[in-house]
Amino acid sequence: MTARERVAGTVANYVDERTGAAKWMKKNLTKVFPDHWSFLLGEIALYSFVILLLSGTFLTFWFDPSQREVLYDGAYEPLQGLHMSAAYASTLHISFEVRGGLLMRQIHHWAALIFMAAIVVHLMRVYFTGAFRKPREFNWIIGVGLLTLGIVEGFLGYSLPDDLLSGTGIRIAEAIIQALPVVGSYLAFFAFGGAFPGEAFIPRIFTVHVLLLPGIFLALITVHLMLVWYQKHTQWPGPGRTEKNVVGYPLMPAYMAKAGGFFFIVFGVTAFLGAVASINPIWLYGPYSPGQISAGSQPDWYMGWLDGLVRMSPPLESYIFGYTISWNILIPGLIVPGILFTGMALYPFIESWITGDKREHHLLDRPRNVPNRTALGVMSLTFMLVALINGGNDIIATTFHLAINQVMWFSRIAIFVLPPLAFVVTKRICLSLQRADRELVLHGRETGRLLMLPHGEFVEVHEPISPELAWKLTAHEQAPALALEDVDSRGVRRAGGLKNKLRKRISQANAESIAKPTANDLKEIEHH
Amino acid sequence: MSNEIEAIKDPGLPAHVHRKADTDPVAEKRAERQVAILFLISALGTLLFIYAYYFVADDVFVFLPVLGNTNAHQLLLGLGLAIALFFIGAAAIHWAKTLMPDEEVIAMRHTMRSDDEDRDALVKTVKERAGAAGLGRRSLIKRSMGLSLGLIGLSPLVLLRDLGPLPGNDLTKTSWKSGSRLVTDPGDRLIRPEDLEVGAVAQVLPEHFGEERRHLSDIAKDAVLLIRIRPEEFQLSPERLSWTYDGIIAFSKICSHMGCAVALYEQTTKHLLCPCHQSTFDVPRAAKVIFGPAARPLPQLAITVDSEGYLIAQKPFSEPVGPSFWERSS
Repeated sequence: MTARERVAGTVANYVDERTGAAKWMKKNLTKVFPDHWSFLLGEIALYSFVILLLSGTFLTFWFDPSQREVLYDGAYEPLQGLHMSAAYASTLHISFEVRGGLLMRQIHHWAALIFMAAIVVHLMRVYFTGAFRKPREFNWIIGVGLLTLGIVEGFLGYSLPDDLLSGTGIRIAEAIIQALPVVGSYLAFFAFGGAFPGEAFIPRIFTVHVLLLPGIFLALITVHLMLVWYQKHTQWPGPGRTEKNVVGYPLMPAYMAKAGGFFFIVFGVTAFLGAVASINPIWLYGPYSPGQISAGSQPDWYMGWLDGLVRMSPPLESYIFGYTISWNILIPGLIVPGILFTGMALYPFIESWITGDKREHHLLDRPRNVPNRTALGVMSLTFMLVALINGGNDIIATTFHLAINQVMWFSRIAIFVLPPLAFVVTKRICLSLQRADRELVLHGRETGRLLMLPHGEFVEVHEPISPELAWKLTAHEQAPALALEDVDSRGVRRAGGLKNKLRKRISQANAESIAKPTANDLKEIEHH
Repeated sequence: MSNEIEAIKDPGLPAHVHRKADTDPVAEKRAERQVAILFLISALGTLLFIYAYYFVADDVFVFLPVLGNTNAHQLLLGLGLAIALFFIGAAAIHWAKTLMPDEEVIAMRHTMRSDDEDRDALVKTVKERAGAAGLGRRSLIKRSMGLSLGLIGLSPLVLLRDLGPLPGNDLTKTSWKSGSRLVTDPGDRLIRPEDLEVGAVAQVLPEHFGEERRHLSDIAKDAVLLIRIRPEEFQLSPERLSWTYDGIIAFSKICSHMGCAVALYEQTTKHLLCPCHQSTFDVPRAAKVIFGPAARPLPQLAITVDSEGYLIAQKPFSEPVGPSFWERSS
């Protein structure tokens, strides 16, 4: 036994005698993780969160979350002699007088954008491959919760510097609170400690931004990861991979090195962006004043779709019995996002209701093999994209020399027309891809080699594909539509007939697919 | 041969293919050197970071293509950090991919569901324990517990009451009074009609007295935009026309949609545009909404001049300014 082994042994013994960790470690150090690039997306979100904690902690050492008015006499000359909040002045201080301060601010902001982008792309991966199915519904809901909190956390974060742009964002948030029926103006006065903007809001959202929400994030992320660990990761279908096993690399050492290394890669790329790509240059906007504004006011991208919905809303307000209901704020600002996010959270249960499938699933779906789900996803993304485009309608109008009215009217119509269109087109594309898969399995790969037959006809030589590929293309299940009877065995119409009918109809649409080739089909072709 | 439909068969996990470094000692040595070099590049990155922190002044600018004029201190500090971090990652991953074992292994899954035995035992335990506590029998305890737990949930709500005052009439009142003089913002200078040429715009506030600086909460309601057009261009009711003075019309600058400052005035079309959500107001027609999500015109402030020739407010705003709220009556 070498000296090093002795030391390691002593330490390990000390820890194990007090925690009994050896048993758990023995089993989990060789835990198997399937490998695929799309499984890295969630990791990016996790690592950006760590980067956010590190860079954010650094920023709090200098940031003064106060709306107390100060006279600026710092290093940035154009703003010297101006009255501004201590929050804004300290953000200028971080940017110009603390060495590495601007770098950390930019890393923090970039990490936030990457965090949100990674969450969204990770969510798309989970959705389109059906990774949310039983037993992973809880993790899907936690994920939707993290996405929602991330949007709020990001908004609060860029509101903190109290520059002209972020102050405008807070003004809009206040208007949304104020628009709530019955309690709106009360809630707004409670949140802001009086009339807008007051001096209470930034200190309050600072506590929420650096303590309350990060704490909730930590708790949710921990449960999210523990569930991934306990339920084992999903895997793509392929040779040797079944619903009952998990094929991949053991945690120690390769997976540990890869995942640990990837953290540094993500941090490195974020630091590179922080070094070269200026983001949120608050000194250009000036301090917030409710009477001023800059043209082209834009929120960060993950809020852009919400702003786009608000922008395209028709000017609707009701005045009933001396009270006002602002539909132009409530519908795009609360009702539509509420429906979208609730629908998203409930989706696993809706799908299982449609398919009647209550089994566990660990093999992922190729998106083309579940055309309805894929089409619904693309439809939702199209909706979001139109909203996002309209969130930048002023920038688009000025960049492409269009009238703002044209862009707005395009969005107002497109938000209703394009999503259903995207559904139909996506579904057709999925079915075509299924057809192409079938061709490939039955007739092999086109080689590009032309052969002249004795009678002069040209044919292309097809080459059979490998058994591995053939398996991969046919491993999926093709469940038939639910056989729901409208009448029971005695010919009496069943209760809940309409609901049943709807379920049957959706189930039929859901089951539409191109029959996958079977071994019989292959044999038949060989006989020809 | 049976007529049953037979699925295509799973050929099983393909045979493992060795990497070059697994079999060739030269390749293995080379990979080892590569990993070491990547780690060393990271170390150099940290040195660059430290050098930039201490020795590159923060007022040195360098011109770089694409980036333009760049602060050298910030750039080198960031690049140093980026290199230091990125290459640790690159080294670890290269190490894992070339030298660490890469054979796929198979582990078995277990269903999430517990065995029936365990489930039955759990049900039994819960029933037994709950029964021992007598929760089902002791309805007096159960009800009083429900009451106390329900009530204690109210205390945090009660405690939050002091977050802010009640709105009262704060949302409906501004600082504008009859006779308030208009002063420029910024500058706080009194303003005469002849200071504004036709086509000009000015932001004004009510004259402010006292030592204390203006509260932002006051500006958030008091900000007013003065616009001068040719008087014959107005298409106003006689009452609203009497609120203007010699082609000068005054509107609240706070958008009636979500409270942004409505600051973009287009001289040729005489439209006011809110940069937040593009609500567009037609100035000659009392800021009627002609496009966008705003549902109400901007409130108009009645103005005139006083005996000294300065612009003043005839009276306070006749309706609340800013975004809508529940208690607003129209």
